[in-house]
Amino acid sequence: MNKTKTLDIVKKYTMILMLVLITAFFAWRTNGAILLPMNVSSLISQNAYVFILATGMLLCILTGGNIDLSVGSVVCFVGAIGAVLMVNKGMNMALAILIMLLIGIAIGAWQGFWIAFVRIPPFIVTLAGMLIFRGLSNVVLDGMTVSIQNCTTFVNLFGGGANCYIPDVLGNGGINITCMVVGIIATVIFIAAQIIGRINKKKKGYKLENPVGMIVKTILISAVILAFTVRLAQHKGIPSVLIWVMIVILVYSYITSNTTIGRYFYAVGGNEKATKLSGINTNNVYFLAYLNMGFLSALAGMVTIARLTSAQPTYGQNYEMDAIASCFIGGASAYGGIGTVPGVIVGAVLMGVINLGMSLMGVDQNMQKVVKGLVLLAAVIFDVVSKRGGKLIEKN
Amino acid sequence: MAKVLLEMKNITKTFPGVKALDNVNLKVEEGEIHALVGENGAGKSTLMNVLSGIYPYGTYEGDIIYNGEVCRFNQIKDSEEKGIVIIHQELALIPYMTIGENMFLGNERGHKYKLDWNETFGRAGELLKTVGLQETPQTLIKDIGVGKQQLVEIAKALAKNAKLLILDEPTASLNETDSRALLDLLLRFKKQGMTSIIISHKLNEISYVADKITVIRDGATIETLDKATDDISEARIIKGMVGRELSDRFPKREKHIGDINLEIKDWNVYHPLYSERKVVDGVSINARKGEVVGISGLMGAGRTELAMSVFGKSYGSNISGKVYINGEEVHLNSVQDAIRHKLAYVTEDRKGNGLILSNPIKINTTLANLDGVSRHSIIDKDKEYSVAVEYKEKLRTKCPTVEQNVGNLSGGNQQKVLLAKWMFADPDVLILDEPTRGIDVGAKYEIYCIINQLVSEGKTVIMISSELPEILGMCDRIYVMNEGRIVGELDGSEATQEIIMSHILKSSGKGA
Repeated sequence: MNKTKTLDIVKKYTMILMLVLITAFFAWRTNGAILLPMNVSSLISQNAYVFILATGMLLCILTGGNIDLSVGSVVCFVGAIGAVLMVNKGMNMALAILIMLLIGIAIGAWQGFWIAFVRIPPFIVTLAGMLIFRGLSNVVLDGMTVSIQNCTTFVNLFGGGANCYIPDVLGNGGINITCMVVGIIATVIFIAAQIIGRINKKKKGYKLENPVGMIVKTILISAVILAFTVRLAQHKGIPSVLIWVMIVILVYSYITSNTTIGRYFYAVGGNEKATKLSGINTNNVYFLAYLNMGFLSALAGMVTIARLTSAQPTYGQNYEMDAIASCFIGGASAYGGIGTVPGVIVGAVLMGVINLGMSLMGVDQNMQKVVKGLVLLAAVIFDVVSKRGGKLIEKN
Repeated sequence: MAKVLLEMKNITKTFPGVKALDNVNLKVEEGEIHALVGENGAGKSTLMNVLSGIYPYGTYEGDIIYNGEVCRFNQIKDSEEKGIVIIHQELALIPYMTIGENMFLGNERGHKYKLDWNETFGRAGELLKTVGLQETPQTLIKDIGVGKQQLVEIAKALAKNAKLLILDEPTASLNETDSRALLDLLLRFKKQGMTSIIISHKLNEISYVADKITVIRDGATIETLDKATDDISEARIIKGMVGRELSDRFPKREKHIGDINLEIKDWNVYHPLYSERKVVDGVSINARKGEVVGISGLMGAGRTELAMSVFGKSYGSNISGKVYINGEEVHLNSVQDAIRHKLAYVTEDRKGNGLILSNPIKINTTLANLDGVSRHSIIDKDKEYSVAVEYKEKLRTKCPTVEQNVGNLSGGNQQKVLLAKWMFADPDVLILDEPTRGIDVGAKYEIYCIINQLVSEGKTVIMISSELPEILGMCDRIYVMNEGRIVGELDGSEATQEIIMSHILKSSGKGA
């Protein structure tokens, strides 16, 4: 009993363990460079779009291993429209943001309609979307680059340019005090939430978690938050894009784990027929998954043009693959029904660390792709084989 | 005495929690047609799966002696090499391939890297003539009817040089003329020396073709009747099939039967794909509060189709008829409507249609009534947990915790989780479709107790079951269904297995 329990825990936290090991490996090979404040900060800024897209992709994958191939093109298309509106048409920033989000949602609705109600396979619909929106991006931009360098507010707000950090209102040079304060507040809120949750459970007479495990978990997570805060504070503070990423992570973690609609995503992927017969409208669930993907693609589009301070017809290429890979590395099942937002974020961080670490080591770009491919394959093999009870070869 | 071609000795096969076959013996002589009969779930198909190597050597006990040698089949290919070919109840043909391609699938003509299409279609053509089909071998399977497809299956078996042909319910989906043609074909093969084993529910057909009949009941061989020496009338066969005492395998309950709760009138349902095929034909039934109503019949009688079509039109096309709940007509156009009107359908296929195996018990328990554990669409997980524990204790589900994945439970406990799910949805009428399929006797008894408890609370239970003893032991009133129609209504106290069987057999083939 005890042995299987330990095994279960190891299995549950495999990817976190892998992340720790891989980070340690790169810390060793880069003489600690990967842990420098600047690199920790850029890990977030560089991968912000992956975090956002992978969260959306998770919902699609949950419904039954369905993926969305169009996100890279949609990111590019939405960014292109935003850039053209703000620069060429001189539109007000807030209005432009609103239009970008609405376009993302409209694209999600378009693809979701065919997938959910007409039941065209998602692979086909989104492959078509990938071509359509890549083409339209070119049309919108007329094949040219539109620079948004002068839209400073927009750029700073969404994590681009030199000043894309939350201003240090409390400090005066040196270490970023605001960042430290936010980090400490976040830690306190986290610990308080754990304690209050436990007290509430006790009051209502529900089963309590093992106290030792809970304390260890709480301390570890608090330590990670604080260490991370210190690193950011030592650089320039909180990147503005981190705010957006945190909002997305928190909101979607909550939706997937605590709401009825979140539950439906898992149920559809676990057994669609049973879900239907339980009185749940499964068409709506598919539709929502892709509608939401469009919305988050628009957000990722804004983050992308802000970071690159321009819009180009080639932006967003292979973004869908980064998102999909993060999901599967993060423990989402290729058959649907299994996967969590925190898991997917760990997957995305893992990919980010591998990218950054190899770049710092000076590994050739092409070899980086090879390594990432192998990591993805290994993660999914692990998932499939462990579900089959450890047998490598499927019985014929 | 003719040579014994096949002997299966003391075959025992256990599935987790159930003994499907218990010391079964079967002896088949060369050149005879041997029929295998028994109720649904008696173990006929399991026995044939053991024979053909679908359940490989080592997963069962006992010996298979074929042509004088002991065989250890690890896969279907092994048994086919010896000339044992099984034709399953569900046709295994690929619709968008030609007859010829289908016939030689896995057994291709020519070289591995260069298929010989001339030989394929040439040989296919010859075999088609043997089974009496006029179609060219280039015809696509989807373009011919079910009856002809069944003949293609036989031709496919012949292409494998079959010496022993096993047919599992070959006429289940055929009409009278096609069935007769198929049976005559078997008789013709017999003259040419072919040995066949036929599994069928249609006793008139068995009397027509079989030389010997082996009766299987509850996973054990009861008797083998020989056409030459024994009486093989339908009555005699039925007696063998059902001849068992009803002991106190069923818990008693006090009857408190109230007003009519659910009434269905003139219900017609057509097949969802073959829209000209009527699967439920003018059915009218009712059920009262506190009553257990049974729907008896053989597989394919249209019982599940009836239940699912009533349950928010979740099966079938072109549905017509009226549903009344407490005397008021209701329109149940979706599962949501049905649940809102306090109807529950507990599926026969708990793994396919009922449960999410990869999810824990607690999530399965609340799936049909998430509103019951949430406020403003936000789930109260603590409440969900306590609900799951409550039902676990109420139904005595055996599991370490309610966090356990349903896929890891035994069949009986899975069935309890499925029942818990629908009990939590708080229905007034529960349609239980084969509620005890594939679970052991102890768990069955517990399910019966739960049913008794439900009706004592004034709920209505409609129980669909292929197991006659269960229907007789549990139901206050029994509808007998066959070929989509209600062919009898019996009071629970006066019904017997013989009466139900004869209702079914008498109606067979009449209206078709």
